[in-house]
Amino acid sequence: MTATGSAPSAPVPATQARRVSPLIAVLLVASAVLLLVSIRLPWWSITMWAPQYPQGLTATATLTEIVGEDVAEIDELNHYIGMMKLNDAAKFERSISVPMVIAMAVLLVISIWPRNWLRWVLRLPTVIFPVFFLADLKLWLWYAGNHLDPNAALRSTISAFTPTMLGWGKVAQFHTYGWLQAGFWLALAAAVLTLLTLIPFRRKGRTA
Amino acid sequence: MRRGPRLLCFLVSAALILSACSKPTTPPSFEGPSTGGAVTGLSADAAAIASERGLSPSDVVAALKTYVPSGVKDEAIMFSSGGHSGQVIAIGLPSMRILRTIAVFTPEPWQGWGYSDESRRVLKEGGVDGKEILWGDTHHPNISETNGVYDGEFLFINDKANARVAVIDLKDWETKQIVKNPLTLSDHGGTFVDPNTTYVFEASQYAMPPTGQYADMSQYQEVFRGSLTMWKFDRVKGRIDVSQSFAVELPPYWQDLCDAGKGPSDGWVFCNSINTEMATGKLTEDDPYFETSTAARDKDYLHIVNWKKAEEVFKAGKVKMVNGFPVIPIETAVAEGVLFFTPEPKSPHGVDVTPKGTHIVVGGKLDPHVSIYSMAKIEEAIKNKKFEGTDPYGVPIIAFEDALEAQIELGMGPLHTVFDDQGYAYTSLFLDSAVARWSIGSERPQDGWKLIEKVPVQYNVGHIAAVEGDTATPGGKYLVALNKWSLDRFSGGEGEFPGTGPLLPQNLQLVDISGTPMQVIYDMPMGIGEPHYAQIIKAERLKSWSVYPEIGWDPMTHSVSPNAVQAGQERIERNGNEVHIYMTAIRSHFTPENITVKKGDIVHWHITNIDRAKDATHGFGLPAYNVTLSLEPGEHADFTFVADKEGVFPFYCTEFCSALHLEMMGYLHVEP
Repeated sequence: MTATGSAPSAPVPATQARRVSPLIAVLLVASAVLLLVSIRLPWWSITMWAPQYPQGLTATATLTEIVGEDVAEIDELNHYIGMMKLNDAAKFERSISVPMVIAMAVLLVISIWPRNWLRWVLRLPTVIFPVFFLADLKLWLWYAGNHLDPNAALRSTISAFTPTMLGWGKVAQFHTYGWLQAGFWLALAAAVLTLLTLIPFRRKGRTA
Repeated sequence: MRRGPRLLCFLVSAALILSACSKPTTPPSFEGPSTGGAVTGLSADAAAIASERGLSPSDVVAALKTYVPSGVKDEAIMFSSGGHSGQVIAIGLPSMRILRTIAVFTPEPWQGWGYSDESRRVLKEGGVDGKEILWGDTHHPNISETNGVYDGEFLFINDKANARVAVIDLKDWETKQIVKNPLTLSDHGGTFVDPNTTYVFEASQYAMPPTGQYADMSQYQEVFRGSLTMWKFDRVKGRIDVSQSFAVELPPYWQDLCDAGKGPSDGWVFCNSINTEMATGKLTEDDPYFETSTAARDKDYLHIVNWKKAEEVFKAGKVKMVNGFPVIPIETAVAEGVLFFTPEPKSPHGVDVTPKGTHIVVGGKLDPHVSIYSMAKIEEAIKNKKFEGTDPYGVPIIAFEDALEAQIELGMGPLHTVFDDQGYAYTSLFLDSAVARWSIGSERPQDGWKLIEKVPVQYNVGHIAAVEGDTATPGGKYLVALNKWSLDRFSGGEGEFPGTGPLLPQNLQLVDISGTPMQVIYDMPMGIGEPHYAQIIKAERLKSWSVYPEIGWDPMTHSVSPNAVQAGQERIERNGNEVHIYMTAIRSHFTPENITVKKGDIVHWHITNIDRAKDATHGFGLPAYNVTLSLEPGEHADFTFVADKEGVFPFYCTEFCSALHLEMMGYLHVEP
């Protein structure tokens, strides 16, 4: 960090080097709050349009379940091609997601104090969590689209496919659009802020 | 400034921008037609089409006024009687497209009306002395009102043929109740409601012995009677409350149309009459026919009934019971100031209260005038007890000139009057085949009471309907002429479509009344019954459901049926020789699909459509046992039959519900 700000600017004595940096503490607490808020928000949604569904059918993923008034209709349509019900996917991940995110937030706050490698360990889960979410989502999309019930009525008209996670896709008569939602963006912001706390910025006239 | 906070601001705002952009409303390939660009004139190709099709400039204007592009909704909805189809027909304006029919008095397979236990109960309720009547001559639909304005919640309609009144709930556009009038077999002056739909009024038409027992025609004056029934409407239950309903006995004149007052005339009902001669028809060779004998006198009587007073008299118990129904006798009605007459030109048809409720308009039918009565004058005469005498039953008669405000000569056969928002009234002229526009003197003092213009219609116009044209706040803009004859409109001529055989459709014509002159802008053939009267409501007032609120909905109770079947609860239960089948329907299968019963079993079949998507209606057709059902999304239906025929019966979904609709079937096995 540059020393041009209004924060204490007197040379820092070596004995105070272990003092908690207020900026880092703020960033970490902010990240923890963002993570906690994200629990209650949608993370990803997909909307499907077809001629007979001009308003589109939307399913929204939170960390704990797939929600939306169109979920039953999407499941009903999916049964024709033998796809699993939306809320049968990622059951394990969804069951542990809330305690996991709370734990990540707690670890972030704890990581304010240690100055050694431990802080890396404590902050890393938050940094990689968005990537992990996307990877897991992609995995389940692939799984759902590639494990269709061979006995389904329209099985022969649809070959195995992976629904498009981000952006436009097309399945049978449906155009689909998947995109990330507020919860994901908050978690991504938390990851970036946390990452900033790990970058060894050098202060002028002082060695790390 | 330190870099940290700046970076943080950037990242957070970037995240916000990204997330804000994340939800498009429609994919690029499904964008609707462009709405940009104003029409500034006919393009060359449009002019060429008009020329090729021989369309005049006014034809092109009419086309532009009525064409409603695909996907665009109509601005007003007309609920038309379906005549002797016993149904109601909903039509969009200005497109004049039929939106759907509503089954009322007649079994209707598409809606499963008259096949499910629930709808059979309603039809049975409307039976005559226990005999099911499976048709009706629907006449006058009436939309429920609040403060004199259509509220779009309920629709009432009468069956002239059997004197019945039906209640249709406009939440799901389904008939909920049919009440049979206990005093008569024929009604015409219904249905009409007061400004807050306290009562639904129904006047009898052809006089008869109210007990329903035989009487000789020589006893006509002593035994035959008319009646005005006041059906109490319970808005919360959405039903007529028969226990709070009553009637006023009337002399055996043929009461015709009625209308309820509003504003200064609120509390009153007006009905006209035809046969004050009390003619009994051609009993001997020397007697004249009814058509002559009922028109012998110059004047008949406009009935003026104080329904609020009648309600007090009923609540005070001053009634006699006829067929178990409370009736205020004529002498009580006279003594209590409930019933008055004033002369009206003979054999009139419509009686219509002006939007502000100050005047009552009677169409002369056999007289070329409309006669306009003043409510203020009528009240003045009643207050001062200024009567010219009484009729043979002691009913006080207000002198014609003491009640009359004005008469306007409109033309031949004035029948029925509706109103617009400019202070004009419109009266159908049956014999002239025209609609007359005239000014209401009290609303347009600059014009006075006078005929403004007429527009020819094709042909023999009966009732007319204007947008909310009988309410306290008429909408103007459109009028529909319900013409009885179409003659050459849809058939005939050299080298043309010769026609629909000897039975011709009626012709509903849309008339633009927004400017001068009025212009007929659309002809709509109506090949279902003979639409008698219609009411037109602004579309935005309707608050209909697009699917039933919950799975297992019983439209009759507006709650989840105790027999509702949820997914996973499908089962067959046997109790002796009674078998209950609990079935679900979802695209594209019934559960269970194979059902086995024994010959002679009483089968109670319960089906719930567990689909929730708009328009995902399933039908249910069972051959040989005469069953057809409509299961709208979320709806539950029951039907019962005796499995008296052994065999294998394939049942199937009768609505093309999905790509696998044909496969949505099952077998009923009736074992010997």
